[in-house]
Amino acid sequence: MTSLALLALASGLVAFSGFPGLLLRAGSGTAQRIATVLHVLGCAIGTGAAAWALAGEAVTARFAWTLPGGSVTFSLDRLSGFFLVPVFVVSGLGSIYGEGYWAESRHPGNGRKLRVFYGLVTGSLALVMAAGDAWAFLAGWEIVSLAAFFLITTDQNDERALRAGWIYLVAAHAGTLILFAMFTLLRDATGGWLLVPSAALGSSALLRPVLVLALAGFGLKAGVIPLHIWLPDAHAAAPSHVSALLSGVVLKMGIYGLVRVLWMLPAYPAWLGLALVALGISSGVLGVVLALAQHDLKRLLAYHSIENIGIILIGLGVGALGVAQGRLDWAVLGFAGGLLHVWNHAAFKSLLFYAAGAVIHETGTREIDAMGGLLRRMRFTGAAFLVGAVAICGLPPLNGFVSEWLISLGSFRALTSGGGDVGILGAAAGAPALALIGALAVACFVKAYSVVFLGSPRSAGAAGDVADASPSMRVAMGGLALACAVIGFWPSGATRLSRIAAEGLVPGGVGTRAGADMGTLGGIPLLLLGFLAVLMAAVLAWTRPAIRTTTWDCGYAAGSPRIQYTASSFAQMLVGLFRWAVMPDEHRPRLSGPFPAAGSRFESHAPDPVLDRFLLPALSRGRSLLGLARAIQAGRIQTYLLYIVVTLLILLAWSAGW
Amino acid sequence: MVSSAANLAAVLVLAPLLLGVINRTKSLVAGRTGPPLLQAYFDLAKLLRKGFVVSGTTTWIFLAGPVVSVAAPFVAALLLPLGGRPALLSFTGDMLLFVGAFGLARFFVSAAALDTGSPFEGMGAAREVTFSALAEPALLFGMLALTRLSGSLTLTGMLDLRAASAWQKASASIVLVLASWFIVLLAENARVPFDDPNTHLELTMVHEVMVLDHAGPAFGFILYGTALKLAVFETLIVTLLVPFRSGSAALDLAVFAAGLVGVSVVVGLVESSMARLRFVRVPQLLVTATLLAGFAVVLVLRVP
Repeated sequence: MTSLALLALASGLVAFSGFPGLLLRAGSGTAQRIATVLHVLGCAIGTGAAAWALAGEAVTARFAWTLPGGSVTFSLDRLSGFFLVPVFVVSGLGSIYGEGYWAESRHPGNGRKLRVFYGLVTGSLALVMAAGDAWAFLAGWEIVSLAAFFLITTDQNDERALRAGWIYLVAAHAGTLILFAMFTLLRDATGGWLLVPSAALGSSALLRPVLVLALAGFGLKAGVIPLHIWLPDAHAAAPSHVSALLSGVVLKMGIYGLVRVLWMLPAYPAWLGLALVALGISSGVLGVVLALAQHDLKRLLAYHSIENIGIILIGLGVGALGVAQGRLDWAVLGFAGGLLHVWNHAAFKSLLFYAAGAVIHETGTREIDAMGGLLRRMRFTGAAFLVGAVAICGLPPLNGFVSEWLISLGSFRALTSGGGDVGILGAAAGAPALALIGALAVACFVKAYSVVFLGSPRSAGAAGDVADASPSMRVAMGGLALACAVIGFWPSGATRLSRIAAEGLVPGGVGTRAGADMGTLGGIPLLLLGFLAVLMAAVLAWTRPAIRTTTWDCGYAAGSPRIQYTASSFAQMLVGLFRWAVMPDEHRPRLSGPFPAAGSRFESHAPDPVLDRFLLPALSRGRSLLGLARAIQAGRIQTYLLYIVVTLLILLAWSAGW
Repeated sequence: MVSSAANLAAVLVLAPLLLGVINRTKSLVAGRTGPPLLQAYFDLAKLLRKGFVVSGTTTWIFLAGPVVSVAAPFVAALLLPLGGRPALLSFTGDMLLFVGAFGLARFFVSAAALDTGSPFEGMGAAREVTFSALAEPALLFGMLALTRLSGSLTLTGMLDLRAASAWQKASASIVLVLASWFIVLLAENARVPFDDPNTHLELTMVHEVMVLDHAGPAFGFILYGTALKLAVFETLIVTLLVPFRSGSAALDLAVFAAGLVGVSVVVGLVESSMARLRFVRVPQLLVTATLLAGFAVVLVLRVP
């Protein structure tokens, strides 16, 4: 028995967990129960296999195959193991969440389909990460891409979901096409389809095209700006536990692919590190700024995924620059931080999507400005969302802080090495960029958390009958909140694991001195939390009994929930500063007279700047240009025969030498 | 260790005095007598004895705001070298915890403001998170420059420029960092030209309007947190400005305390000599601070 065999068992169980339900009738609770049990069992075994891979030696298995390549190879090493842990943990918890959130009894029309593809995505993600050659990789990649399309369009009657699904499908296949080109060049450079470290690749003239194609193909999957066009709508349209899986795990497939290509390189060119840092900073800053402008809760969370992918890229870039400079001490900090952020983002982003799903389920809307005052009635969900919000902002004492701390420390370490070339400067830019991203994320999540959960209800839906999440949803949220807390309070454990995974990325291995900083954060976050708890207890004791009255209103005694600051007004200053990037759509009605007519409402929307402002207009202009060709393409067979005759005559004349 | 703890205790006790120094400076410049130097202590004593009134729309988040707003500057003070003594808590990368602690405070104070459902407090919270987001990179750039100069990854190490050659080699960079951090100090502590603590119109406030609904002991916590935060940011500047030690713990502490009072006087003078900027101008000043610190980093890269 090897870790690979265990993984095969797990991914088989998970991939087919939804199929038995197809034999039962729609709306059957048994179908759902069977799927969940199989899925959770598979994920538990899979987590074990991933942990085994992370702890043990690499395992490789090769099978003869009649299709191109002649054989198919699977390989499970520490890097794969590291990426597989969040796949199984998040997917397993998501399936428990789905019990309550997408109950078969309430969704007889599409519940079985959802569970089939949910299992299939998870199982084939394992295939991608255990792939030892290009064919296995692309096969897994394609199944994930297609199954994700059916997950996004779970509600096949929702026009928005269908539009998001088609855009996703086109983008995913453009990405696959780029990857075909990338793997073909990679084979020319390394001499085979196998994904193994290759010295020949480092000196190959094809290195640069391979890396550029890898950045484009994997970047498209990961949602790097400006290749993120498919992401916000797709993640917003899917059911929430699917959004969590897509955002928290499936996006990381792009990061995994990139990291796997880096792992194959014998050395990193300096431009690669600079490109990663630059892409990371632009995705990070623009991602959070675009998130700030949103007032659809799930779109907001989706844009934050772009931001977090940016943070991961900054970490990988700092690592690559460190290796290029021959400074392994900060290289390992960058890589370990970037990789740990893969775990952290999977935990807190999935947690946020679960909590958002519960809120949307209860209020029946995704509009932040129609919520408000939910913490009183959704205490558990509110607390869970708060944990996720603090974690995603990279604030102590939770897990986001740990990974961002590692990356920033890598930036600081870069400056302690002598010299001052552009590589050092590029790595050093990571820390202030992370600070800006983190501070903007604080602005965004203060907005999202407060407008949704605090204050008074802003609409009838939020004021009405709102209940807290069901027990199965609480289990899923509790599990992820616990993960955020454990990594935050016990950073040395998680950093040790991410360092093990990062070792493969540092050619020549990690030295003894390198990464000595990684344990120093120690129990300090725990200390901080203990201190906070004592202070909070003191204040609670001090302020009791309290007199409850109304909010200070300057003596205006007819306040209503509508006077509260809205999500848009809260973000207005920052969105204004970044107007050049957000390009918001504003409807300003012309006001006249002391009492303007009813319906004169100011509205602002933030469509995606790349997709809605640039790509779709360009495509529709292209289509109308091509429409000119329709005149010769009338569909009448006689006309086509005429074209053929004329062409033949011209060719004959030409060959006769006229 | 003992003298570090003693200095921390001194800062914790003396922090509210700095508010008094600023107000006294302003009243002297304006030709008034002004409130007593110890006014902040009187206010604290009064607030902590008062009962607690709370808005009916609020939740436990409303109480978490004051708590974290005291905890954050306290943690920051633990990480700072005070009065020439090393910090009580110093570890590689502690400067990032310093920044993170204030981020946590900003999160909870702003959320507590929005918890009341008051449009005024929403306004203040929006301004606070906006200005701080722009101030944070300036702080980080300054830290990067100092890391390069000192070769140290702790606050204790990077703020200690006693290796006097640092001032000789890179005085321009240090001055740029000082200028940038002074702007950050004014922004983070809600002083003129970013905010006017004396204004009586809710619409024009930043920090003050966020805590409008906090009363009694909770407001006492906020007030003390404000004082401690001011002391912490002034410590950054004083420690950079005093690159020597006398050898006597008492004398070093006296020099440090005089430095804090001196910076407070400067803050008071700034406040007396100019008006609050229009809110649209504020981001420009903060970007300037970031650029100053960014220049400092570029300059230190050329230092051998």
